[in-house]
Amino acid sequence: MINRILHSTEGRLAIITLAVFTTMAILVPDRFLSSANLTSMAFQFPEFAILALAVAVAMLTGGIDLSVVGAANLSAVVAALFMNHFAGEGTGTGLLLAAIVLALSVGLMAGLFNGVLVANFGLPPILATLGTGLIYTGLAIAMTGGSAVMGMPPAVAWVGNGTLLGIPVPLVIFAILAAVVGWALKYTAFGLKTRMFGANPLAARYAAMDTERVLIKVYALCGTLSAIAGLIVMSRANSAKADYGSSYLLLAVLIAVLGGVNPYGGYGRIIGVVLAVLSMQFLSSGLNLLQVTNFAREMIWGILLIAVMLINLVSFRRKP
Amino acid sequence: MKSFDWKRNEVLVFAVIVGFCVLATLRDPNFLSIPTLTDLMRNSIVLGIFAVGAMVVLVSGGIDVSFTAVAAFAMYATTVILRDLAPDMPWPMAFAIATLIGAVLGAINGVLIAFFGLPTLIVTLGTLSVFRGFLLTFVGTLQISNLPPGMRDFSRWMMVRGTNSDGSFYSLPWAFAALVIIVVATWFILNRTMLGRAIYAIGGAPESARRIGIDVRGTQFFIYVFVGALAGLAGIIHASMARISNPFDLVGLELSVIAAVVLGGARLTGGVGTLTGTLLGVALIVLVRNSLIVIGIPSTWQSVAIGVLILVGTGLPAWQAKRAEAQQT
Repeated sequence: MINRILHSTEGRLAIITLAVFTTMAILVPDRFLSSANLTSMAFQFPEFAILALAVAVAMLTGGIDLSVVGAANLSAVVAALFMNHFAGEGTGTGLLLAAIVLALSVGLMAGLFNGVLVANFGLPPILATLGTGLIYTGLAIAMTGGSAVMGMPPAVAWVGNGTLLGIPVPLVIFAILAAVVGWALKYTAFGLKTRMFGANPLAARYAAMDTERVLIKVYALCGTLSAIAGLIVMSRANSAKADYGSSYLLLAVLIAVLGGVNPYGGYGRIIGVVLAVLSMQFLSSGLNLLQVTNFAREMIWGILLIAVMLINLVSFRRKP
Repeated sequence: MKSFDWKRNEVLVFAVIVGFCVLATLRDPNFLSIPTLTDLMRNSIVLGIFAVGAMVVLVSGGIDVSFTAVAAFAMYATTVILRDLAPDMPWPMAFAIATLIGAVLGAINGVLIAFFGLPTLIVTLGTLSVFRGFLLTFVGTLQISNLPPGMRDFSRWMMVRGTNSDGSFYSLPWAFAALVIIVVATWFILNRTMLGRAIYAIGGAPESARRIGIDVRGTQFFIYVFVGALAGLAGIIHASMARISNPFDLVGLELSVIAAVVLGGARLTGGVGTLTGTLLGVALIVLVRNSLIVIGIPSTWQSVAIGVLILVGTGLPAWQAKRAEAQQT
C-alpha cells in the first residue's frame, strides 16, 4: 500500500500536501488553522487554480497555453465595459448574466483562435499562444487605454465574494469545473483522444483520429476556463484591467507540472492538479503568516518546481 | 553560396522593416534621419545581446526564459559589490564580474538541463523565479542611482556624437561595440568551430548527434553557460546606459526577445536560425516598440502589433511546411 502511494506521482503529491499543511499548522497553529485563514484561502486559490486547469489540459496534448492570462483579462474587460455601458438602477443580476455569457463567448473565441492556429496552421503551441497572449492583452489595453474599468453593478460581487450554503462561491465554481474536466478527460471519447494525441500524435493520426478537431476543442476549453477565471478575478477586484494577474501565468504552469502533468503530453490527472493547487496555497498562506516576503515566496515556488521535477525523474528512472 | 530565396524569414522581415520605414517617412519626413538611426541602434544593444543568446539556445532545440532574471541579478549584484567593496574599480573589471555571475547562474540551468535532462522551458521558468526571488530577498530591492564612477565613465563614452540640422543632439555609446563584438564572436563559434556545428547538430536531431560522437551534454552545458554570460554582460551594459541599477528592470522582456529571434527565422524545434535573421528581428521589434506612433498606430496597440507579427512571422513558414507535407503524401 505505502509502496503504491510512493510510486505514483499523485500519491507523493498527497504526502507533500499533507506535510506542508502539517508543518504550517505546527509553525503558526493559532493563525493558520483559524477559520478566518481557512476561508480566505478558499477565496484566494480558485482563480489561479482554474487557469492551472486550463494549462494542464493543453499540456496533456503536449502543447501549452501561454495566453490564459491574456484571454482571462480580455474576457473580464469586455464584460466590465459591457456592464458599464448598460448599467442602470438595481442590483443588475440580469445584466451580470448577460455579461457572463458575453465573457464566456469571448474566452471561447480566443480559445478557438488558438486552436485553429495550432491545429490548422501547424504553429508550435508555445509560439501561437505567446503571440495570441500578446494580442489578447493588447486588445484589452487598447479598449481601456491601460486603466482599470470600475463601476460594476452590485450583483457582480457575489461571484467572487459570496457564499453558497456557507461555501465560498469561487471554491464551488472551481470544484464543479475540476470535477467536470476530470470526468471528461477520464470517461469521454474526447478525453481519451486528448490523452492519446498527447502520448503519440502520429499514432493518433494513423488511428484515423481527427486530430485537428481534438486540438481545437482542447484550446477552446482552455479559453473558456480562462474566461471563468477572469470573471472571478474581476469580481474579487471589483474592476477589470489588462494586466491583472500577470504572475498567474508562471504559477499556472508551475502548478500543472507540480501536479504531475507530463509537459511532453500524454499523462496527467486532475486530482494531481487539485493537490498541487492546495499545497501551493498552504505554502503561500503559511509563508505569508510567517511574514515571508512575496519575493521569497516566488523563490520557494521556483525551488519547489525544480525539486519536484528532480524527484519525479529519480522515481521514473527506478522503474524498469 | 546558397541561392537567394524569397520565402526566407530574413527576406520577409527585411521587407517589413523597409515597408515600415517607407510608411513612416511618408507620414513624417523627419523620420529618415541620423537621430532615428542612432536611437534604433542604441535601443538594440541590450535586446540584441539577449537575442543572440536566445537564438543559440533555440538553435540547440531548447528555450531559455530565465536570461532576463540572470541579467537583472548580475547587474544589481555587480553594482552592489562595486558600491560596497571596490567603488573605484574600472569598468572592464565590473563587466568581467557581471559576466562571471551570469555564467555561474547559467551553469545552474546547464546542470539541470544537460545532466538531469529536465525540459528546458520548465527548468528556466523555475530558475527565473528562483534568481529573481533570491535577488529581491537577499541582495536588495532599492534602485541604485548613484552608480560607481567606473560605470559612469563607460556610459559617457560615445562612439558618435553630433548635432542635427534642427539643433537636436544625437549620440551612439561605445556599448554598441559590445553588441558587434558579441555578434562576430558568436558567428565565429557557430560557423567556424566544431562546437558551433555541434550546436546545430543537437538541435537538428539529438540522437543522430550523439551517434556521430558529439558530446551532447557538454555542448548543452556550454550553451547555457554562454547564454548566462551574455545575459550578465547585457545586464551591466543596461545599468551603465540607463545610469541606474534597478533590480526590477529587465524581467518581463524575455518573451519580446524570443519573439524577435523567432521572427528572424529561428525554429523552436531547433537546428535552424541565423544571426542576420536575429538582428533583423530585433530591429523590427525595436522599431515597433519605439516608432509605431509615427505610422499612425497609437502606442496602446503596440503589443497587438507584436503579437500579430509573431503569428504571421511563424505562421507563414509553418503553414507552408504543412501544405508541402500534405502534397507529398
